[in-house]
Amino acid sequence: MSSAMLDLILQATLDTLYMVAVSGLISTLLGLPLGVLLYVTRPRQILSRPLLNQGLSIITNIGRSVPFIILMVAIIPFTRMLVGTSIGTNAAIVPLTIAAIPFVARLIEGALNELSPGLVEAAQAMGASPWQIIYKVLIPEARGGIITGLTITLVTLVSYSAMAGAVGGGGLGDLGIRYGYNRFNPTVMLYTVIILIVMVQAFQSLGDYLVRKSDRK
Amino acid sequence: MIELSNVSKIYDSGQSAVHALRSVDLKVAKGTIHGVIGLSGAGKSTLIRCVNLLERPSSGSVIVDGQEMTRLDTQALNRARHRIGMIFQHFNLLTTRTVYANVALPLELMGIKRQAIKARVLPLLDMVGLGDKAKQYPSQLSGGQKQRVAIARALASKPSVLLCDEATSALDPQTTSSILELLRDINQQLGITILLITHEMEVVKSICHRVSLISNGELVEDTEVGDFFTAPQTQLGRDFLNDFLQLAPPKELLARLLDAPSETTHPVVRLTFSGDTVSTPLISRLARECGVDVSILQAKVESIQERTLGLMIAELMGGADETQKAMDYLASHQLDVEVLGHVQRNA
Repeated sequence: MSSAMLDLILQATLDTLYMVAVSGLISTLLGLPLGVLLYVTRPRQILSRPLLNQGLSIITNIGRSVPFIILMVAIIPFTRMLVGTSIGTNAAIVPLTIAAIPFVARLIEGALNELSPGLVEAAQAMGASPWQIIYKVLIPEARGGIITGLTITLVTLVSYSAMAGAVGGGGLGDLGIRYGYNRFNPTVMLYTVIILIVMVQAFQSLGDYLVRKSDRK
Repeated sequence: MIELSNVSKIYDSGQSAVHALRSVDLKVAKGTIHGVIGLSGAGKSTLIRCVNLLERPSSGSVIVDGQEMTRLDTQALNRARHRIGMIFQHFNLLTTRTVYANVALPLELMGIKRQAIKARVLPLLDMVGLGDKAKQYPSQLSGGQKQRVAIARALASKPSVLLCDEATSALDPQTTSSILELLRDINQQLGITILLITHEMEVVKSICHRVSLISNGELVEDTEVGDFFTAPQTQLGRDFLNDFLQLAPPKELLARLLDAPSETTHPVVRLTFSGDTVSTPLISRLARECGVDVSILQAKVESIQERTLGLMIAELMGGADETQKAMDYLASHQLDVEVLGHVQRNA
């Protein structure tokens, strides 16, 4: 393989990592509070707001139900407004983040749902405020489940980012399609797939390690 | 210390409303241990949660330490809860916190400084006998140890009241008695008023001063523990007692028990001795003075705190006049006599 090809592969790997890292970070920052909100506003929960809960739930479901490739194209005007362009890695980060936020939120909500209701009850009996219950009890206790959810999100973002080529986003998936598939270069295809596999394995192992470290059950 | 007046709780679940509590009146005197016993679903759990307003009563008043709980705003309620400790059947410890950090949690919530927290937590851990476990996690502890951590945590904010929600129901009998002993020590040494709910007579027998019996959302008895064990006023109370003493008539006897007496039957009676009657040789006197033979089918002596309680199921053998005389004799000696039925002679 030529060194130009290797450069391309290296650049694509960095692009993928960049897209996954930035969209993963932003979607966690926004999805975590949304997930917590989805949980605590449920009926009979500590901040029970059934109407708000239903509203948030519907919005989250809409976000989850639009196929990524369609979302990416549909929000092009919004993307252009936000990052000034509709093509390139930065432009791909916008739809990736928007797709991941409801995904993260539902996984966080699920992680919180796994906790024993007795924990919240005990905290309430101690005179904890809802905010104290969230940051002293719910989030620390659900730590393992939250990390598991974020790991799943990162892995999903790796595969979503392969579609970023559709908006000129680059990355490994795009490289695989353009060089490996369209130009009949099986070696490139093989390399991109291997790198993607290694990347996913690495994310998963890191996640598993962090879960083990945080779990005391 | 705790006063519930006319407390009702109705769960509105669509078409059918469930009455979990029906105008409950309950007074728990300062420094006492008060037990509420009942079958599952009787409303025990709702009752204890109405004290610290984990469940808000649909109507009625809840006064703890002179404060009307139902009228407090959120912040005042949280402050009031600092003065009410609570422990649970399943302990509800935070799995990601060490024993030390679990006990420290209520103090952190109150905004107390790290140094002051340490000065409070370490002696508490010593008091519950877990001074050496501070750095362990709950998953490394046994059930009894977990409940000890929960007790230390409940006491951290120096409450005047401790609520125990089936605190020993998940523990084996030996651990149960050690936890009960700890609760009794806390009551005696710190003067903390304890309200506990349970379905175990053993718990009531070993540590409670007073007991209330709850059935279908209503308190149907409220007495001194000694009285409850010697003379329960309701059928449910008697059922609890019989289960506890395992003094139900044997099946074989029940099968041939007749409701109505006739020329050819003997009465079968249940005798309850308490107080002075326990130490009187009544049965032998009965035989001598009334001319009946007494066949003892089952008997048991229990000591309930400072009181002794004797129970016996016996067949009174003799003619109709003699057995009537014997029953009058027993009744005149402050014995509780209950005729269970009649059996055929020589059966």
